[in-house]
Amino acid sequence: MTKIEAIIQPSKFEAVKDGLQEIGVDGMTVTDVRGHGRQKGHTEVYRGREYTVDLVPKVKIEMVLPDDLVEKAVNAILSAAKTGKIGDGKIFVSRIDDAIRIRNDERGQGAL
Amino acid sequence: MGNTIMRAIISRRTVFPWAFLVLVILVGALPTAAVAPGTAPAVADRLAKLEKDVAQAQSSGDNAWMLTSSALVLMMTGPGLALFYGGLVRKKNVLGTMMHSFALMAIVTVLWAIVGYSLCFAPGTRFIGGFGHIFLRGVGAAPDADYAATIPQQSYMVFQLMFAIITPALITGAFAERMKFSAMALFMVLWSLIVYDPMAHMVWGKGGLLNSSLGGRIPTLDFAGGTVVHVTSGVSALVCALYLGKRLGYPKESILPHSVVLSFIGACLLWVGWFGFNAGSALAAGSLATSAFVATHFAAAAAVVGWGLAEWLRNGKPSALGAISGAVAGLVAITPASGFVGPMSALAIGFVAGIFCYLMVARVKAAFGYDDSLDAFGVHGAGGTIGALLTGVFAASAVNPVFRDSAGHPRAVGLIEGNAHQLLNQLVGVVIAWSLAIVGTLAILKLVDLIVGLRVSPEQEVQGLDLSQHGEEGYNLEY
Repeated sequence: MTKIEAIIQPSKFEAVKDGLQEIGVDGMTVTDVRGHGRQKGHTEVYRGREYTVDLVPKVKIEMVLPDDLVEKAVNAILSAAKTGKIGDGKIFVSRIDDAIRIRNDERGQGAL
Repeated sequence: MGNTIMRAIISRRTVFPWAFLVLVILVGALPTAAVAPGTAPAVADRLAKLEKDVAQAQSSGDNAWMLTSSALVLMMTGPGLALFYGGLVRKKNVLGTMMHSFALMAIVTVLWAIVGYSLCFAPGTRFIGGFGHIFLRGVGAAPDADYAATIPQQSYMVFQLMFAIITPALITGAFAERMKFSAMALFMVLWSLIVYDPMAHMVWGKGGLLNSSLGGRIPTLDFAGGTVVHVTSGVSALVCALYLGKRLGYPKESILPHSVVLSFIGACLLWVGWFGFNAGSALAAGSLATSAFVATHFAAAAAVVGWGLAEWLRNGKPSALGAISGAVAGLVAITPASGFVGPMSALAIGFVAGIFCYLMVARVKAAFGYDDSLDAFGVHGAGGTIGALLTGVFAASAVNPVFRDSAGHPRAVGLIEGNAHQLLNQLVGVVIAWSLAIVGTLAILKLVDLIVGLRVSPEQEVQGLDLSQHGEEGYNLEY
């Protein structure tokens, strides 16, 4: 089992979600987050005073997948979320030891 | 019937005796005609009734407008100013900030009924009114001809009350996000009595030092409260900001408006409410009210253009917050002038005020480093001052012949018409308003600081006024 965390532009969320559903991803957890990478936010001006807003809004998608689906999912995210400009976001991939379905104690890949 | 008689007369061919009879009757009727004054009492009665009806119709019209205006001016404080200020603070302070305005709607009203109205408008000295109208004694349906001859004095009283409410509410922008609620309430009670009431009496009260039409020594033109409302509140705001010190983290941390949308709605309500403020200050529904209405609108529009252009040139973008701040700056500046100037002068005053207040807020505040949180001084103090002075420049006798010579002919009013002295009077009015605001506010702050303390603790300030002062939150979005 593998966990994919994708931090993407909020405007690309719908496209990414549709792409993932198309390749058979049937569960995900989505959070509105704020953060920055090398993009370092932007400036805003209120009554002549300039403020640096370095945490910008992003959407984080988390999903745990069977290993055979991981490459397809990464490609689906890349093709839907990429604009080629700074601020497009990141994808993190990591191993997962176990999964448990709370409803019936089912464990492992069957619980996904 | 008449025809039957005529036929009878002619048929008898006795025309002459009948003609004689008619003549006798006519002559007999003459004395009756000469005594026509016998019907005169009826005509006089009808005339008197007509005059009464006309007066009543005018009174109805005027009173309708004054009650509408009173409601409009109250709407400026709540929700207008409450939204305008509430949107500019961080979300942890939104209720605390809105409560400043709303609490003043209640506190000042009670104070006004007990003693405030009397200290402003009952006969008194040159500097403050007396106790003649304490507990609103003698304030009823009968007009007070000195102030507004066609409306009940009670209408005049309630209209003036709305001004007494919004003036201290404007100050709250300077100490937003850091003052104790108890200190705010006590400060405002004292401020109303010590700063507002004397200033209102001096400018608008009969026999007040600066009154322009009811026997003032130094006739100062202030149609709707440039000095009384905006200079006093704006300058007091600056004193508060300096005395209380900066908010924690200012100016290093980003302290951003949590919702310019709320401020936007508030500013639009202020703009509309200002028609009651300025056009209502004509105290009648006549052409002067129209003139003030037009001047008010034009100044606001020109100030949006002025502030917007200045900001666009300096920052590269015209902002929504800049546009609405410009509108308020223009409305402030036209307030003293609204009943004295024509539309073109209003455009000029608004445009100048828009640029001037932008520079005060963006340049001067940054240069001096004081934390006037929501720019109460930069907009109201600065805009009120420049508006009061420009009133002395642009006031026109054709709009409002406020000064007349002994023969009753209108005299020159403003500098442009050749009355340079008026600009000096305006300056005296402004200096008195500044002085009273500085001295009064400093004394009150010292006193309140001793009694209850002014600032919340640093922990409470970090937590926010909503929770620390009121035990609730503005946005419980998870529920």
